Amino acid sequence: MRQQTNIIRDIDWLTIGLYMALILMGWLNIYAAVYNDQYASIFSHSQRYGKQLIWIIAAVALAVTVCVLDVRFYTSLAYPVYICCLIALAAVLVVGREVNGARSWFMIGAVQIQPSEFAKIAVSLALAKFLGNCGGRLMEFRNLVIACAVIFLPPMFIILQPDTGSCLVYLAFFIVLYREGLPPTILLFGILAAVLFILSLLMQDAQVYLVAGLVVIGFVAFWIKTRKGMACLKGFGLFVGLSGLLWTVTLLTKRKFEIHEALLGAALLLSPVFLAISFIRRLPVVRTLTLFMIGALLFTFSVDFVFDDVLSTHQRQRILVMLGMESDPLGVGYNVNQSKIAIGSGGFFGKGFLQGTQTKYDFVPEQSTDFIFCTVGEEWGFVGTSTVVILLIALLLRLLILAERQRSMFSRVYCYCVLSIFFLHVTINIGMTIGLLPVIGIPLPFFSYGGSSLWAFTILLFIMLRLDASRGEYIR
Amino acid sequence: MNLDIRKYFIGAAILFVGLALLVRLFYLQVVDVSYKVSADNNSQRMVTQYPARGLILDRNGKAVVNNKAAYDLMVIPRQMQPFDTTEFAQIVGMTVEEVKETFRKLRLAKGYSSYKPSPFLRQMSAETYAVLQERMFKFPGFYVQARTLRNYARHIAPHLLGYVTEVDSSDIRKDSYYKPGDYIGKSGVENYYEKELRGRKGVNVLLVDVHNREVGSFRDGSLDTMAIVGSSLTISIDADLQEYAEKLMSKMRGAVVAIEPATGEILAMASMPDYDPALLVGRVRSENYNKLARDVSKPLFDRAVMAYYPPGSTFKVAQGLVGLQEGTLARDTRYGCAGGYHVGAYHMRCHGHASPLNLPQAIGNSCNAYFANVFRAILDSGNHGSVKADYEAWRNDILTFGFGRKLGVDLPQELNGNVPSSAFYDRTLFRYGGWKSLTVVSLSIGQAEMGNTVLQMANFAALIANGGYFYTPHLIRQINGRDTVPAHYAERHYTAVDTSHFEAIREGMFYATTDAGGTARWVTIPGIDMCGKTGTAQNPHGKDNATFMAFAPKDHPRIAVAVYVENAGFGGTWAAPVASLMIEKYLTGEVKRPAMEERMLNFNVYDNREAAN
Repeated sequence: MRQQTNIIRDIDWLTIGLYMALILMGWLNIYAAVYNDQYASIFSHSQRYGKQLIWIIAAVALAVTVCVLDVRFYTSLAYPVYICCLIALAAVLVVGREVNGARSWFMIGAVQIQPSEFAKIAVSLALAKFLGNCGGRLMEFRNLVIACAVIFLPPMFIILQPDTGSCLVYLAFFIVLYREGLPPTILLFGILAAVLFILSLLMQDAQVYLVAGLVVIGFVAFWIKTRKGMACLKGFGLFVGLSGLLWTVTLLTKRKFEIHEALLGAALLLSPVFLAISFIRRLPVVRTLTLFMIGALLFTFSVDFVFDDVLSTHQRQRILVMLGMESDPLGVGYNVNQSKIAIGSGGFFGKGFLQGTQTKYDFVPEQSTDFIFCTVGEEWGFVGTSTVVILLIALLLRLLILAERQRSMFSRVYCYCVLSIFFLHVTINIGMTIGLLPVIGIPLPFFSYGGSSLWAFTILLFIMLRLDASRGEYIR
Repeated sequence: MNLDIRKYFIGAAILFVGLALLVRLFYLQVVDVSYKVSADNNSQRMVTQYPARGLILDRNGKAVVNNKAAYDLMVIPRQMQPFDTTEFAQIVGMTVEEVKETFRKLRLAKGYSSYKPSPFLRQMSAETYAVLQERMFKFPGFYVQARTLRNYARHIAPHLLGYVTEVDSSDIRKDSYYKPGDYIGKSGVENYYEKELRGRKGVNVLLVDVHNREVGSFRDGSLDTMAIVGSSLTISIDADLQEYAEKLMSKMRGAVVAIEPATGEILAMASMPDYDPALLVGRVRSENYNKLARDVSKPLFDRAVMAYYPPGSTFKVAQGLVGLQEGTLARDTRYGCAGGYHVGAYHMRCHGHASPLNLPQAIGNSCNAYFANVFRAILDSGNHGSVKADYEAWRNDILTFGFGRKLGVDLPQELNGNVPSSAFYDRTLFRYGGWKSLTVVSLSIGQAEMGNTVLQMANFAALIANGGYFYTPHLIRQINGRDTVPAHYAERHYTAVDTSHFEAIREGMFYATTDAGGTARWVTIPGIDMCGKTGTAQNPHGKDNATFMAFAPKDHPRIAVAVYVENAGFGGTWAAPVASLMIEKYLTGEVKRPAMEERMLNFNVYDNREAAN
């Protein structure tokens, strides 16, 4: 039996140090981003940096409160908090205030609160509680369904606001599920789907290569798995022959097939044959490969539909801009270009504190919130950006270590939730400012201006530290 | 299965992302020098390339609206350095005080930032621009933004063309394409075809040296986008006819619309009094606009598609058509006229003419009593069970003529007009003990609550000319020289009245211009068979309104016209000549009746109005 938890002694001061460093750097950059000569004092309450300071102080108070409370407070309140959170998300759709076309804010007096920021905490606690209770048997069907429901109920409300960016954050929980036993193939499927999505958009004029490439990969995989060279060649010959036949036959009709349509047709026609063979010859690998290939092909061809009919115009354009297929510096690509110019113009050492010009031009509309990283890049140069990136990565790795040293399931799952959420925010936010990812409006943890996100991240992190401090106890 | 190993994969993923971000940042900030900005920090300038707005051409390809160059002097206050204000003021044609005042106002403007370009002086003349351009190096922080403004090759059709103005905050909210300072078509064709006319803005990212000279494009122009010039629009207006119509009606109040029956294309559409469209361009715009808005004669009001006028006797034609269709009237039905229509205490007077008349003669002579009988016969026929039901049936027939709702012309300002519903009469006449056919009989001669636009009346003339169908009146012919008429403008709309009934009506309208008793016999055009119908509508605000609708030639009509003149008096005297002269002008290319023309030009409705009051 370990001696009783002493918060001051047992809490992870390294993480707190990183946290303090990051929020102070964030604050200085918000000051720089909205700086103007009229309100030069960094403590000016009417300006964003003044308000952010108030929120930072409140966040520290929150952090202390979170640490003082007993761990059982978090475990026992996990479900009630989750339910309250769902109610708040539903309520905000009705009585919320609309800002920039999304109904995602509560107005309480002069304070605006964004419940979707706090929903992450509720989901993390509830997921930790649930997985803790079912003792790691995630892969039982019932448990998996409940876990997914816990994760995806809140984003269903959030997408109605609509705030697609905040919904994407919930994909982070797949990392948690992966750690707790979700087969990597499911993640691989997800990644493959994303790759195919991008490829089929990029290769719209060359779909024949995409289809042919997929089929060839299928046959090669078959050969690697079974080493049946002749069978492989026969199957491939059959495929090529049938495609040619289809294409020639349709030449005679009015509507000629494109070559990739002929290839797709042949693949679809042959798949029952291959499936039959797999059963007769008892070759399950053929079955898997065939189903996989057909799935991939159909997915590829449904991309156009999804892209044109499901996504909204601005989402479509953001993806096209990210893929470099549409250049429109005054329109959708404008933010990204300005952001890249701002960061790029910083050079190695940057222009110096308050000396940035690009970020002050109001060229980048969200310069103190989603695009705060531009200010870092412009004023502090590569020295500044690499410092921030390294600090953030260090924080993430530290969280990973903390997560792995938990003994109780509840704590470990919760720690992974926190880690995953931070990881996704950092990747997406910095990725979009430097043009690696499409523009998705989510904040950079501890940097972006805004009380709700700062408080939510703080609470998220400090519950984790509180759990970690009590890692000697059995928490459930 | 050992899940612990997965922590290494997660750790590796985190490291991989961190590394990817660092590599990309290193590339952006250190390797790729093209993003570097030179030491003085003001080397980049985003200059919006404003495309020229599309031209507007008339049906014969003559330019009606084109563009002229204008130059806005922009300033980025933070980049300014002390300069010689006296010299500067002298160049831009201001006093030093005015320059200081302008700066003071700039700073108070919404969205002002010392880092962003603000317009210092809008629409400089080309001369000022030339002088300024040479001395630009003396005024760091200033630069010139080229734009185009509307220029009117023909000073005609202000209501139809509409005007262009700077966007307001609601435009920007509705469409993110617009940025403060952009222009947008606010009314008329300029508004309806805004998307086609505006083109697409481009942007040049320029490098500027310390001497305020533009030295080239940033990143070899890879971030630039080309501006795309607006599409030119060919509209169906005949500019000469339009100009002539405006000239004829220059002293009148009212409107005239001419339509090509075979296509529904609008040949001319004038609303009077009007104004010179050039008044609403450039720096003088807002001052002139306020002046026009305050003018009691309401020159900004488009009387052709927005004013509700009682159709007067022209509406008798509609009664005849519905009567024939409902079977309560035949071509040779005769009704007597004892100097008017008298039932009990009700008296509707008529002018002297032969009696009894058949349908064509009654149209030609415009007999009030005849059409009061026709209308009451429809309502009291019992065809649909009750007066109310028969009224609704009558109303539905009338609606198919294009009355009572927007026709769908390609103008944003078009209004519905009004054909009162039976529910309206139920509501308003309830306290008088309900209503019957006699209560609403003044509708028979197009009085009372009936209101139509002049466009609807012209469309009505066109559908009679076609013998029973119309094409929705429209202005669009071509975009960028290619025929681009939307399908719904090429669609025939048949009325509820069988096409066989139109011949008797056309006959009557021909009588009106040819018969000895015809109400429009003075306006016959030598060598051209014209069909017409006069109207004189009572106006509670003074002398009667004069109206006339016509089409010509009688066989294979090429033009249908409706004229409405407020407070003029008898339709045959004041409205018919305008239509007659326009038809002559359009069909023969010249006017050979100078006396009639002269009389129209010397008309002054304002004298009439005062005499009547």
